[in-house]
Amino acid sequence: MDIKNMKNYLYWLFCQFELITCSYLMEPWEKVLFYTFNITMLFMVLYTAYIYVPIHISTAFQFCLCFSKLGMYVFIE
Amino acid sequence: MERPGRAAAAAGAQPRANGCSGAAHGALRNGYVRGLPAHDTQVNHIVHNGGLYKRPFNEAFEETPMLVAVLTYVGYGVLTLFGYLRDFMRQWKIEKCQNATEREEQKDFVPLYQDFENFYTRNLYMRIRDSWNRPICSVPGAKVDMMERVSHDYNWTFTYTGRVIKDIINMGSYNYLGFAQNAGTCQEAAAKVLSQYGAGVCSTRQEMGNLDKHEELEKLVARFLGVESAMAYGMGFATNSMNIPALVGKGCLILSDELNHASLVLGARLSGATIRIFKHNNMQSLEKLLKDAIVHGQPRTRRPWKKILILVEGIYSMEGSIVRLPEVIALKKKYKSYLYLDEAHSIGALGPSGRGVVDYFGLNPEDVDIMMGTFTKSFGAAGGYIGGKKELIDYLRTYSHSAVYATSMSPPVVEQIITSVKCIMGEDGTTVARVQQLAENTRYFRRRLKEMGFIIYGNEDSPVVPLMLYMPAKIGAFGREMLKRNIGVVVVGFPATPIIESRARFCLSAAHTKEMLDRALKEIDEVGDLLQLKYSRHRLVPILDRPFDETTYEETED
Repeated sequence: MDIKNMKNYLYWLFCQFELITCSYLMEPWEKVLFYTFNITMLFMVLYTAYIYVPIHISTAFQFCLCFSKLGMYVFIE
Repeated sequence: MERPGRAAAAAGAQPRANGCSGAAHGALRNGYVRGLPAHDTQVNHIVHNGGLYKRPFNEAFEETPMLVAVLTYVGYGVLTLFGYLRDFMRQWKIEKCQNATEREEQKDFVPLYQDFENFYTRNLYMRIRDSWNRPICSVPGAKVDMMERVSHDYNWTFTYTGRVIKDIINMGSYNYLGFAQNAGTCQEAAAKVLSQYGAGVCSTRQEMGNLDKHEELEKLVARFLGVESAMAYGMGFATNSMNIPALVGKGCLILSDELNHASLVLGARLSGATIRIFKHNNMQSLEKLLKDAIVHGQPRTRRPWKKILILVEGIYSMEGSIVRLPEVIALKKKYKSYLYLDEAHSIGALGPSGRGVVDYFGLNPEDVDIMMGTFTKSFGAAGGYIGGKKELIDYLRTYSHSAVYATSMSPPVVEQIITSVKCIMGEDGTTVARVQQLAENTRYFRRRLKEMGFIIYGNEDSPVVPLMLYMPAKIGAFGREMLKRNIGVVVVGFPATPIIESRARFCLSAAHTKEMLDRALKEIDEVGDLLQLKYSRHRLVPILDRPFDETTYEETED
């Protein structure tokens, strides 16, 4: 029965999201618009994170390492 | 779960309604912050103010949790954006405009309907409008019948399905003592008077509308309140708004509480006196205003004020708080001003014998110069009264607009009031302990709600229980979910309350039995879990009793 409880819990979470952002009060076409906007934004943030976060992390790693003796030997192409 | 105080009361002594059982079950005294285990030994600040209070004054307003406030603003922000979008679509005729607009021929004239000011009404209120103006079709007692209605165009229009929802537990009517009945002694007496006098009076008090029933009512009300004389009017709102202009005028000063009712505000504005506002139930603010008024006098001429009138209410219906009457009377006597007490919600509902907030604090009714109240709430009728010294009431009989121009009260309504007042005073032979029942219901209901974890505002003894909702979608959701479960509640939102502090307001009644309250509490618990309304962190903030200084308050001079 864990799947059922999990589903109920997720549905309850979705209801809380609806109540907080007031999409509970919107007409169906407004909801479609709102969710599309939110999902698009979320997707774009995740995509940007996927592309740029590894590069940022490795650049930062390189920067921190070049202060130690070991870092002089680290080259990343 | 009986409290120790209750056992002692049941042992033989008369059970004290609105009694001080606060200390017995661990509720906080005014000014204490719960949290540390040994809090009884901690004294934070002033509690009893020099022995003016004969019982502890338990009032608390829990602070809004920061996350909830932020999310409420987020919700309002989203709705505002969609409001702009919908307005844009209406302007460019992409969507049909369903509210009032001018005709095509008049588009170039001065605008008749203020478009932007109705933004809130068009875009936020319309979405949740089905929680208000619900048509009921039976007497609004403890249970009520309601006509079911649906809307197919998102609350712009409603149609009745024809079904009647029966036996909804009524937690919204101001039926504090349960006199809203269609059977019983009150109804029989009113029916007899109806067959004797008819329904209409067809005149004003000053002309041919002064019936012997009105004289009888006024003598009875004066005896009930403990004042010299009283006068009754047909409408409670009109009592305030038409009589304050008769009492004060230009050159007088009105000190009015922040959260006073619209009738008091309207009466104060109509009178033409200078109005200054003091913070809600805050005696330091009031004292500062009084001191400044006496010291500085009128704004330009520096002459002394002709009269200073303090306007307060007995119970503030949006907050559930009770006025600090002993302190107000002490200030009034010290600074020689007059006190106007509006007991609309507290008459009949507070005090061991139901005589209002003066009785609740054990004070002398002659200390309050003008005692005003309404018959709408606890007496199950309609109208208002003003009580005070004989000279004052005789003056009002001649100079009040309401006496001169308004039709006098209808005779069956007068008889309902007479019978209910006699019932409260215990003179008609029946010993129905309505006031005690209401006090017990109040204590029980408030305690249970607080234990469940909701944020409840107001005084422990007030039968008006505001439960905080905060978010706009939850206002609509709460009203609808409670109706699905057959409980009728009143939810309140923006213009009546601050924008983020929307609430559901329960009005308890002596007609509610414990089973009804238990059922209502069970449903409230369920809906609270469903909508996640249990915000309380059980940390009560002490009331602002901090001493004022010059930087604390700003005065606005009219």
